[in-house]
Amino acid sequence: MVQLTVNGESREFSGDEEMPLLWYLREDAGLKGVKFGCGIAQCGACTVHIDGQAIRSCVTPVAAVDGASITTIEGLSDGETLHPVQQAWIEEDVAQCGYCQAGQIMAVAAMLEETPNPSDDDIDRNLTNICRCGTYYRLRKAVHRAASLKRGG
Amino acid sequence: MDGSHHFATRRDVLRYASAAGALIVAAPLSACSRRPGESVAIADGPPAAVGAFIVIRPDETVLIAFPNPEMGQGVDTSLPMLIAEELDADFDKVETTQMPLELKYGDDGEITWKYAIQGSGGSTSITEHWDGLRRAGATARQLLVGAAAADWTVDASEITVAKGVIRHETSGRTTTFGAIASAAAQLEPPTQEPALKPRDEFTLIGTSQKMKNARAIVTGKAVYGIDAEMAGMVHAVMARCPYFDGTARSVDERAARAIPGVREIVKIDRPPLDGPYSVQAEGYAVVADSVWAAMKGRDALVIDWDHGPYAAETSAGFKDHCRDLLSGEGQIVRDDGDFDAAFAAAATTHEAHYWEPYVSHAPLEPQNCIVHVRDGSVDVIAPTQSPSGANRNIARVLDRDRLSIKVQPTRLGGGFGRRLSTDYAVEAALISDAVRKPVKLLWTRDDDLRHDFYRPSGMHHLRAGFDADGKMIAWTHRLASASKYYRRPNMPETNYYRAELYTDDFPAQLVENLRVEYFSAKSGAPRGSWRAPAHTANAFVVQSFLDEIAAARDEDPLDLRLRLLGEPQELSYEQHGGPVFNPGRLAGVLRLAAEKAGYGAPMPAGRGRGIAAHFTFGGYVAQVVDVEVSAEGHLRVPRVVAAVDVGTVVNPNGIAAQLESGVNDGLSTALRLAINIEGGRVTDGNFDTYQLMRIADAPREIETHIIDNGDASAGMGEMGLPPLAPALANAIFQATGTRIRNLPIGDQLSA
Ligand code: FES
Ligand code: FES
Repeated sequence: MVQLTVNGESREFSGDEEMPLLWYLREDAGLKGVKFGCGIAQCGACTVHIDGQAIRSCVTPVAAVDGASITTIEGLSDGETLHPVQQAWIEEDVAQCGYCQAGQIMAVAAMLEETPNPSDDDIDRNLTNICRCGTYYRLRKAVHRAASLKRGG
Repeated sequence: MDGSHHFATRRDVLRYASAAGALIVAAPLSACSRRPGESVAIADGPPAAVGAFIVIRPDETVLIAFPNPEMGQGVDTSLPMLIAEELDADFDKVETTQMPLELKYGDDGEITWKYAIQGSGGSTSITEHWDGLRRAGATARQLLVGAAAADWTVDASEITVAKGVIRHETSGRTTTFGAIASAAAQLEPPTQEPALKPRDEFTLIGTSQKMKNARAIVTGKAVYGIDAEMAGMVHAVMARCPYFDGTARSVDERAARAIPGVREIVKIDRPPLDGPYSVQAEGYAVVADSVWAAMKGRDALVIDWDHGPYAAETSAGFKDHCRDLLSGEGQIVRDDGDFDAAFAAAATTHEAHYWEPYVSHAPLEPQNCIVHVRDGSVDVIAPTQSPSGANRNIARVLDRDRLSIKVQPTRLGGGFGRRLSTDYAVEAALISDAVRKPVKLLWTRDDDLRHDFYRPSGMHHLRAGFDADGKMIAWTHRLASASKYYRRPNMPETNYYRAELYTDDFPAQLVENLRVEYFSAKSGAPRGSWRAPAHTANAFVVQSFLDEIAAARDEDPLDLRLRLLGEPQELSYEQHGGPVFNPGRLAGVLRLAAEKAGYGAPMPAGRGRGIAAHFTFGGYVAQVVDVEVSAEGHLRVPRVVAAVDVGTVVNPNGIAAQLESGVNDGLSTALRLAINIEGGRVTDGNFDTYQLMRIADAPREIETHIIDNGDASAGMGEMGLPPLAPALANAIFQATGTRIRNLPIGDQLSA
């Protein structure tokens, strides 16, 4: 039996604990904002926060998150008030197909906690999520905007 | 979402559609409770079909459906702009949603579009809907105005509309779309086509608009195919034969069936050898209660595969095969003047070979599809660029009437041409037919990379001759490649070239003696349309070769291009994107990009600035690429400056987004991407070896400069990609003296 908190809600899981957290979140918890892209920790589409750290859920077995608190893209905003990263993403009009963006946003939100004012080199070092549509130019601008939105309040 | 915005009442809505250019009825909507980004959320079967429509709600919001699938190219915003312009709606109050596939039998008894074309491919969405969607908007406006005129007993011609507000100037009376919509819904649609605005009266078309469904995306609520569900569905994952056209000799299902949750195993047969693809490969589908059980079941299958007819194929062998072909004589597909004589008489000659590898589409959302086959009907929810193709191919394999098959396209997590093929939808249909339940088929990344329809690979051989006055008098482009036009009905091998060489491409008609020659190479690798199909390869080789010529002649690469292009003139262009190619417009984007980029300024050591331009499907794009190459051969592209002429621009912000996407896609592909083949199978199974570009390699500056001379609108989904690779190669040559003739670049600079 695995006990975990997902977006503030306590949950229990008693199935195959080897199952990646990704499939638990998508199929059992119904949180489909968490995306499947590669299954081997390469693309970052499945990024969620585990106790505040950005983690690729496709290679994280459910067994490993016993007692952990998980936040997905669905739990990032404060009700209708978007997280600064989400807000910046809209203002910079980042998304194209949008499939990678939940993972990108989760990765950036975690990075800004550690590095509130990232340089371009910080971004290059920290962000390794793949965007197949190639939205990187606006994505970079949105990271800077999110950092300043966050600082401003 | 709160329920008050749903279409609780039926009389407050208008429904219009543009069918074959004509107008349809105003009619109440069928039940529809969708909000943008939720278009196919969990439903018992696909939601009710609602057709091409405009819905005006009492709260003044307007819901507009876009006919073509959205895959990131921005049609969820640009197509509704066409309607909203003529409707005079307040675009800030417009929400947009994906239209389901709507077909009908035409007067000739053949299946045809019910309202409008509904495929996404070839950058055609704007062009093909330019008139029809504007007419749909104008008609709705006319009804709204008519209802107000009747209410006020004034003449409709005295009424003006702006941003959803209807006004009678002389009496000062006003009303709004939301207030008058139910009265308008009672009116008969006009019998005459409404007049459309002249271009100088546009207030929305030509303004920058942000993507309509951004909020759903950033909150994780946008629904892709992989997120859709049907009640009672089961999950399927397949083990496909990894060898091209191979078959299963035997299968041991015992371990797979022992996995908890695994219900059934369904065999899918390979299509006939050399026949059209229905599915791509032979395989076994594991049907289970959950995705995870299906994946474990798939891994537990023990299958002995026959290696098939291409068991000996390797990447290196295929390259040798293409080189061998080029040493002989091919099929001459264009022959102007006398190339041989002119080349022999030339004062100076140039020659080079170039290589393009197979590459994969790799949309980030792996293929998936939900199908429910019942006795009299089939429901399909699919992330597809071609909902009608899914409908047609499922109808064929199940032997059903096409109108009994309902297809709801979802938002696509990328397309790039991969989702023009519908093999994954056919697989899901065959599995559902076998188990008679709604089946959600999921491909893993492995499945996607190993079973793609790859961009064709081939070797190009170019030669050019100049006379003593420096005039180009001879040009030939010879290509040996595995065409994507194969295994198609009614497609003789003599037509294979049509997919790989567009014979009216530059410099045709601008050089007197020109020959284009094609060699059809054999390969087992499945091929298909990859964003800007043959233009990616041909722009690379032609624009690189021009640079080589310029260097050999000690002439500036831009000057050489401009003098070859010459004055504006209308040349005939019979391939997609025609009927006209105007070399003056290509020269125009070259000049603008060069000016904005500071082209020609001296560059410090280790830096280069390259230029290239290409005419792609009706659009003209030039790019100037800057590179820095370190002493160790590490490459960086700090800046790309582009100029774009795609005629009348609907959404400049969307043009820039697609240009940026094309630049990054072009760079990613040129840097590291190739699909490798050993022993008749693809060896790349995930992003660890198929290394898509990440942000660290992406240009920090991308500038898009737009020329809009009011010409007919072309699309922008593909045009931004072809010039990147040659402009990059040209910049690398300037920085290092190394000429890139083989793609990808890989470690060629550090070797
Ligand atoms: S799906 Fe987890 S990193 Fe790609
Ligand atoms: S927006 Fe499509 S993958 Fe990033």
